[in-house]
Amino acid sequence: MNQKEKFSGTPRKVTAHLTQNEGLSFEKSAPGKKAYRLAPLDVPEVDAASLLGDAVRSQTAELPELSEIEIIRHFTRLSTWNYAIDLGMYPLGSCTMKYNPRVNEFVSRIEGIAEAHPYQPEQLSQGSLGIMRLLRQCLLEITGMDAITLQPAAGAHGEFTGILLVRAYHEAKGNPRRTVIIPDSAHGTNPATAAICGYEVVNFKSNAQGGIDVEALAQAVTEETAALMLTNPSTIGVFENEIHRIADILHAKGALLYMDGANMNALCGKVRPGDFGVDVMHLNLHKTFSTPHGGGGPGSGPVACKRILEPFLPVPVIEEDAEGQLRLNYDRPQSVGRVRAFYGNFGMFVRALAYILANGPDGLRQTTEDAVLNANYIRRKLEDLYELPYNTPSMHEVVFSDRRQTRNGVKTGDIAKRLIDYGFHPYTVSFPLIVPGALMIEPTESESREELDLFVDAMRQIAREAEENPQIILDAPHSTRVSRLDETTAARKPVLRWRRPEQA
Amino acid sequence: MAYPTNFRYTREHEWIEANGKFATVGITEHAQESLGDIVFVELPRVGDKVEKGKVFGSVESVKAVSDLYAPATGTVTEVDEELTTAPEKINADAHAAWIMKIELSDPSELDSLLAADAYESYIKEETGH
Repeated sequence: MNQKEKFSGTPRKVTAHLTQNEGLSFEKSAPGKKAYRLAPLDVPEVDAASLLGDAVRSQTAELPELSEIEIIRHFTRLSTWNYAIDLGMYPLGSCTMKYNPRVNEFVSRIEGIAEAHPYQPEQLSQGSLGIMRLLRQCLLEITGMDAITLQPAAGAHGEFTGILLVRAYHEAKGNPRRTVIIPDSAHGTNPATAAICGYEVVNFKSNAQGGIDVEALAQAVTEETAALMLTNPSTIGVFENEIHRIADILHAKGALLYMDGANMNALCGKVRPGDFGVDVMHLNLHKTFSTPHGGGGPGSGPVACKRILEPFLPVPVIEEDAEGQLRLNYDRPQSVGRVRAFYGNFGMFVRALAYILANGPDGLRQTTEDAVLNANYIRRKLEDLYELPYNTPSMHEVVFSDRRQTRNGVKTGDIAKRLIDYGFHPYTVSFPLIVPGALMIEPTESESREELDLFVDAMRQIAREAEENPQIILDAPHSTRVSRLDETTAARKPVLRWRRPEQA
Repeated sequence: MAYPTNFRYTREHEWIEANGKFATVGITEHAQESLGDIVFVELPRVGDKVEKGKVFGSVESVKAVSDLYAPATGTVTEVDEELTTAPEKINADAHAAWIMKIELSDPSELDSLLAADAYESYIKEETGH
């Protein structure tokens, strides 16, 4: 197919770009090549093999051998196959793929910060500890909570830590309780978290608006309910208006309200979970606070809680002594223990704090407003062509379904793959599970109206293609290095390692 | 797709075919269609007790992992081991590919499950298709 036949309109953003073929580093290897040169030995030589005894291996490991420029080219070529937020919009719903501002990177590379070591003595780490303390203060102000740990390494790890706090709290009262209630719209990590913390998951059906049926919840909560894990706004981007009543129902039975803070970017600067009855929650610094993720850097999932849970927070906690020095306190007898080496992903704390301070309170409020505005702009521009399964007002993301397109055999996964041809990363496919054939789109506040219009154009053209030429969508993507992959065989018969071809 | 009238169905999309005290369990055509290509089936073990409405295994497709809910209470007497290497059997013919056979504790439990026509209207309502 030539370029013209591949599109019913003209994609304004991107057409196939030059990609370089590249083999595996193993295939490019030749014996003896190296990308290092060791300094001459200036200590007495020892025979490593004799020291290792039986542990010494007789066969050399077959590691690839390449020169420095070959390695650089190898990875640079591979990088041309990637899509990144720096190339265009990345509308993965629920993932909040916002721009990672350059100021974050600048600050994190300041020498005293970049070179800090976790084994530095406390008196030489006052700056780093100060960064962590200030970030904690900011996050407590934003969430309206009383205490916080920065240790968890990502969202699911934060959930795990949060439910450990819940368990420790109930245990301290004499009964860990038996169940955790989780709505059917939840992220899959919620039930996994509850189960790994030893709780039985009670699946709770969403109502026709995609929210919590308060009357049904009142029936479901018992003296054996440890907590409700709730995502607010929900995974379909809808704010839980009855959140106060939900919290009251739980508290009346001694149960706690856990909030999955994955969607905090829709609330930041507007409402505070601590004020609407949440007892414990995690934040995703890599979503709401703009630190890189999706292969670009480790996550970070601080857990904020109310005073009643503070004694159980992981150690160490940062405290200020009488002389105004910051100290790490490990002496916390009721603590659930450590959940992470050292103090968490410190590099992310620096970036998140840079983002918070660069925006300030009004700027953060504006990012929230822009995220909601952008999602609703897309909703209005596409709702005549794509089915909206829930009519409740959207917050930071909008969920369509592929119901109209499936009449022509085109499913959400096909539309997503076609979107690649138009120069965009796919949206989130087939999630949340309460929407069959979901297209979950989250533009974030990062996108300008111009980029949103390009996205809308692409989606409208794909809708037209679904009517006029569905096959072009079913065969997509056409503009990538490799076209449609056989995901099923990849999952059923995965090839996970390279093997040297048999010598003839 | 015609749903066999000798089966009973759950709202979680399992089918069950009873023969006296014994029954065969699988997932429905609608379930396999929504899941897409199935890549893994987590089977119960022979001798396991399964409880009506409780999870007894899971199916994983390229899209999602989905729990399997027991349509009735009983003891597992047999599982289809072939599914561990050939999960695509379910995609090929969901109503012929069974997952487990159980000895029912109380065959009358099946009366509360959906008949074929009720299940068909249930999935129409659920998906809006």
